[in-house]
Amino acid sequence: MDKWFMLTLVGEDRPGIVAKLTHALYEGGCNLGEASMMRLGGNFTIMLMVGFSGKSKALIDVVSPVSESLGLHLHIDEINAALHTHLEPDVRISVYGADRPGIVSEVTGALAESGLHILDLESDVGGNKESPIYIMHIEGHASEGVDSLRAALTLMKDRGIETSLDEIDTLLG
Amino acid sequence: MAILDILLFPDLELKTVSETVTEFDEEFQQFVADLDETRLDAPGCVGIAAPQVGRFQRVALVDVSANPKHKNNGFMVLVNPEITEWEGYKKGREGCLSVPDYTGNVMRATSIVVEAQDAKGTMHRYECEGFEARAVQHEIDHLDGLLFLDRLVSRRNDLFKRKNYKK
Repeated sequence: MDKWFMLTLVGEDRPGIVAKLTHALYEGGCNLGEASMMRLGGNFTIMLMVGFSGKSKALIDVVSPVSESLGLHLHIDEINAALHTHLEPDVRISVYGADRPGIVSEVTGALAESGLHILDLESDVGGNKESPIYIMHIEGHASEGVDSLRAALTLMKDRGIETSLDEIDTLLG
Repeated sequence: MAILDILLFPDLELKTVSETVTEFDEEFQQFVADLDETRLDAPGCVGIAAPQVGRFQRVALVDVSANPKHKNNGFMVLVNPEITEWEGYKKGREGCLSVPDYTGNVMRATSIVVEAQDAKGTMHRYECEGFEARAVQHEIDHLDGLLFLDRLVSRRNDLFKRKNYKK
């Protein structure tokens, strides 16, 4: 029976990272689960669920030749995880404003107090060097309903942070 | 009445293009009733199409009225449906009885006009908006062998960066 491991790999971006890594995993008898991979600031970042029958030492032996050749930092955790257990988001929140320290902390702090469970967050810095703007998208589960989240976001306007909230009405058909 | 078995992807029968309904007999009406009972057996399910239960005929059922927030035409039996008008488009999240435990974003027209027969063969014309329009398009896709998986757009990147154009 396979166990699940979380592989974290980070390193300078270059073409072919995913192909080489997944080839090594396939050859090593691994099965892939959920993954998030993206380029952040010139680095390529990978978070990947890997099903593997051996111990983490054996998995390191599978991955490290390719991670070393690609210059990627490798971290492996055995995790207590399962597939087919998605918690569906029911709300999408977008945030933007003139960049300054504390935006994420203020917004997510207020949302957490109002019952938001964040399932997905991505953010970026746009604008130019003189006047950067911070943009963030969150998907989450509103455990106390969306009205309390709306109220929390209303208070952000006075702090120069623009927000919008859309309910996600997932259609099942 | 009966609850019918749902075909699950990767069963490739779901990619079948369904046939026009020509017989509106008692057996057909019983099938429509069973199909809706099957839909109602799935919590939160707002639509179902005949090919999802392995009957490759152009029949879809939609009822989004359980949530009064959604503008709706009530329970719609859509036999041999044709979308005759489309307007606008919007991204929304969809899942499917035939694709358990996965939801994804799909672009759909925001308002449509659909013409269809009912279970007895009488023609109707429905104007649908928003969530209901999305459900109708999702179900009619099944009749053409299309799943929402065929129309996925990324969950990420709601805002796209502007390209740098050369001056």
